[in-house]
Amino acid sequence: MIRLKDVEKEYENGTYALRGITLTIEDGEFVFLVGPSGSGKSTIIKLLTGEILPTSGRVIVNGFSLTKISDRQIPLLRRSIGVIFQDFRLIEKKTVYENLSFAMRAVGASPRTIKNRIPYVLKLVGLEEKADQYPHELSGGEQQRVGIARALVNNPVTIIADEPTANIDPALSLEIMRLLNRINELGTTVVVVTHERDLVNRFHKRVVLLENGLITGDGVGYDAK
Amino acid sequence: MQRHEFGYFIHEGVNNLFSHGFMSFAAVGITVACLLIMGTFSLVAYNAEMLLKTLESEYEILAFVDDSCTPAQTKAVGEAIAKLPNVKDVEFITRQEAMEAFEERSLDEYMRRNILPEMFRDRYAVYVQDLNLARQTASAVENVEGIGKGNVRVDEDIAGGFILVRNVAGAVSVALIAILLVVSVFIISNTIRLTTFDRRDEIAIMKMVGATNGFIRWPFVYEGFFLGLLSSMIAFGLQWLVYATVAKSIGAADTLQFLRVVPFHEIWKPVALSFGAAGMLIGVGGSLTAIRKFLQV
Repeated sequence: MIRLKDVEKEYENGTYALRGITLTIEDGEFVFLVGPSGSGKSTIIKLLTGEILPTSGRVIVNGFSLTKISDRQIPLLRRSIGVIFQDFRLIEKKTVYENLSFAMRAVGASPRTIKNRIPYVLKLVGLEEKADQYPHELSGGEQQRVGIARALVNNPVTIIADEPTANIDPALSLEIMRLLNRINELGTTVVVVTHERDLVNRFHKRVVLLENGLITGDGVGYDAK
Repeated sequence: MQRHEFGYFIHEGVNNLFSHGFMSFAAVGITVACLLIMGTFSLVAYNAEMLLKTLESEYEILAFVDDSCTPAQTKAVGEAIAKLPNVKDVEFITRQEAMEAFEERSLDEYMRRNILPEMFRDRYAVYVQDLNLARQTASAVENVEGIGKGNVRVDEDIAGGFILVRNVAGAVSVALIAILLVVSVFIISNTIRLTTFDRRDEIAIMKMVGATNGFIRWPFVYEGFFLGLLSSMIAFGLQWLVYATVAKSIGAADTLQFLRVVPFHEIWKPVALSFGAAGMLIGVGGSLTAIRKFLQV
């Protein structure tokens, strides 16, 4: 579960990114976080992944209280979250399989676990035939599916996708979103940050609208705010 | 650490070495040079110390006993000298023995034929523990009843020369070791910093998926360890070669016969250990310095 209570964030340069927001995302939910640039979406992602701490208020992610989290606990928090980036952030000199095994090795998975887990995840994202290919040999949509597979490979409780369709062909965006929806149906909490109104409206999911560091809407569908 | 993790760290560490082959080569070269300079000065200091020890064991202060002393008084003089600070041993030499020793050393036939025991005096050869304190010990011996002022002979020049060599070599070694250690750590640190820079995206991904700092750090620590180890092995081999060559030259030089260079086979173990420890310290220290800032994500 993700819970933000009266969270404020002021950066060192004096910019107020969040002005006291309260938000709860239950386990197994699919939530779109939408809003214009500078509304505070990225700040929320950084707070949820432990990259930054709130100036005030409480942030609890999967049982970790980020207001008093120790350095030793941050890796454990991050293992409970899978992050998907808009620019994919794949390692170009590693194959699809190696990109996934790298993410698993980084958390100390044994070679046997890696060998068992990766084919399952690749099948889930529809890339079982591309395991030995390098990122530059794949289309944008396929690269993002590798990014999703990497986020999933360590079996996280929550997936956070930061503008996952921003750098891919609009025709493939729906495919990516459907994949995230399917992952959600398998029990993983999914938080998608996006500003693609049409895409959001195709799914009847909860939408949280952020503007100027405040939540200005929370309901099903973009236009329902 | 689990076995599969250990294998992974070693594999990554070795891969890192080759990812910046030229820089690794340069780092090893400079570290070898630093270790070689440190080793050479340390060995000079060590040999000076050994020479000084030999000199100390052979070095004697001669204390001439007053002719008016009875045998019992002469014996008491010896006992009094033996109790003085810094006195390791005292040996009584009769005037007859002194004359015979003089005859052996003297090249002048006339002198040898015309000397009499009465020209010599009974004496004590006083051996010291620390050559640095030879002058003070000689003064104390002069104050012993039955010896008196002006009846002690101490050769300060030889002692002073060796002490100077030992002290200078020792001080230079310490200063050089400190400076070159810092230089070596800096060079290795920069080499590993290049690797970490090259792999910054991988490090960021590792952090994002929940790798611990320790897990991220280990491959770079191994890289530094291997660089240091390789450097120390090469430096040890070269040091051996240089030392053996210099020792051979000194042994062959007629004018340097008084210098006894400690054979390398007598000291190779501590030298190898020191080189290994210094190499690993430099390597691991360098890698830890390099990786520190990349872990603050």
